[in-house]
Amino acid sequence: MVHIRLFLTAAAALAISSIAFAADAPPGASSCSGCHPATAGVATPVPRLNGRDAGQITTAMTEFRTGKRPATVMDRIAKGFTDDETKAIAAFLAAQKE
Amino acid sequence: MTQTRRMARRLTRRDVMKSAAAAAALLPMPALAQGAAGRVVVIGGGFAGASCARALKALDARINVTLVEASRTFIACPFSNLVITGMRELAAQQFGYDKVAAAGVTLAFSTASAVDPQAKSVSLADGNRLAYDRLVLAPGIDIRWDGLPGYDEAAANVMPHAWKAGEQTTLLRRQLESMEDGGLVVISAPANPFRCPPGPYERASLIAYYLKTKKPKSKLIVLDAKDAFSKQRLFQNAWKELYPNLEWVSLSSGGKVTSVEPASKTVVTDFSRHQAAVANIIPPQKAARVADLAQVADRSGWCPVDAMTFESKQQPNIHVIGDAAIMGAMPKSAFSANAQAKVCAAAVAKLLAGEKPVEPRLINTCYSVVAPDYGITVGGAYRPKDGVLVDAEGGGVSPIDAPASTRAAEARYADGWFNTITTEAFG
Repeated sequence: MVHIRLFLTAAAALAISSIAFAADAPPGASSCSGCHPATAGVATPVPRLNGRDAGQITTAMTEFRTGKRPATVMDRIAKGFTDDETKAIAAFLAAQKE
Repeated sequence: MTQTRRMARRLTRRDVMKSAAAAAALLPMPALAQGAAGRVVVIGGGFAGASCARALKALDARINVTLVEASRTFIACPFSNLVITGMRELAAQQFGYDKVAAAGVTLAFSTASAVDPQAKSVSLADGNRLAYDRLVLAPGIDIRWDGLPGYDEAAANVMPHAWKAGEQTTLLRRQLESMEDGGLVVISAPANPFRCPPGPYERASLIAYYLKTKKPKSKLIVLDAKDAFSKQRLFQNAWKELYPNLEWVSLSSGGKVTSVEPASKTVVTDFSRHQAAVANIIPPQKAARVADLAQVADRSGWCPVDAMTFESKQQPNIHVIGDAAIMGAMPKSAFSANAQAKVCAAAVAKLLAGEKPVEPRLINTCYSVVAPDYGITVGGAYRPKDGVLVDAEGGGVSPIDAPASTRAAEARYADGWFNTITTEAFG
């Protein structure tokens, strides 16, 4: 009985964690794919971000925010995220498969 | 659940894997599958609904997701102003649901005839009944047929609104094409809130472009129920530069349309009567009908929602996203609808698993095309504050003094955006 309860609990824990991995995109991250395609083969001049180096994404966002890097709309959007929020989003995008 | 989590924390990942494998061998599968999955019904297969249904399946394939949609073909509103002015064909706006179905979403091509929030079920016009743990409403807008004297469904066949893409779009296009050079085109723009705040002004720009290039003796008047509108300075600068035959009449200059007379295509304000060759009446709007069935719309006609999960403030377990919802500072756009859909899906997945949703951040970007190589944007980030979505730092419109190369780049990005967002929702 004790064993069965442990197994049940472990199974439930696994079920929960598998959701958590997918659902735990950091705040803001899910919006990016509105312009930066999540899938390959979309006809757009906007670069894909999935699988890119997290440091590169963070640097780009920082430079958009400060005006160092020219932009059309990303300068205005980058200002809406703090350093920590940006880093979390960058790490999430980097971890997505290319 | 608390006890489960506490125990889970004490177990290492390897323990969990080992035990889970053993448990899977011991337990009948349904018990495992029921662990955290659930039934979600999504009503409305536009940018919000299709995106939400797919996001839910991507988050947890075990969630049973049914998408209720009346039409087998979705016709996108963004870029439909280009169809009206002959720069694009309606076919480029049309999308099917095959890929949504391939993602594991069950399609129910029907309409909701009743929603029972207590029993948590939706009745469909085809006689089926769908039980849900969470219901997501993404119904878009309905025209307020009682909102403008003289403007009923019959009037819309003479003076099209073209604010839902499809027949209305091609009707307005045909009217413009058959109009003689020298005709008067009138656009009536509604008071806030309405679907796609910059839309009337993008449409005015592109119709002005069409007239300038094809029917240069013609004139365009925009009669407005507002004194201010989205990207106003950018539009007005472009009009001054490109379209001298476009006149905008603000609310305080007497621009508010008070009635229409379809028999003579006359548009009436408090101060004047305009007999149009082509009249495009963009009427007052409200959340589409299913919002009334589910009792989630307030007296404004729109649906108040929690800023964290987009759960209705009026009915538990029912979420509202996209144009139908009151989303604070976020405009009613396809980009917003798609962004809200993904946040809502994440929140619903958490709630089904008995977990607390994360405080969201959202982004919106709205492209408007003023001329074929001239695009402008409004964009920014949003966050909940005191229960309402507010503007984060930054945000705003394209620079007022940007060079032509920037305008051209934004027109190209507009194209790319359309391809990306329609691929994510339908492709």
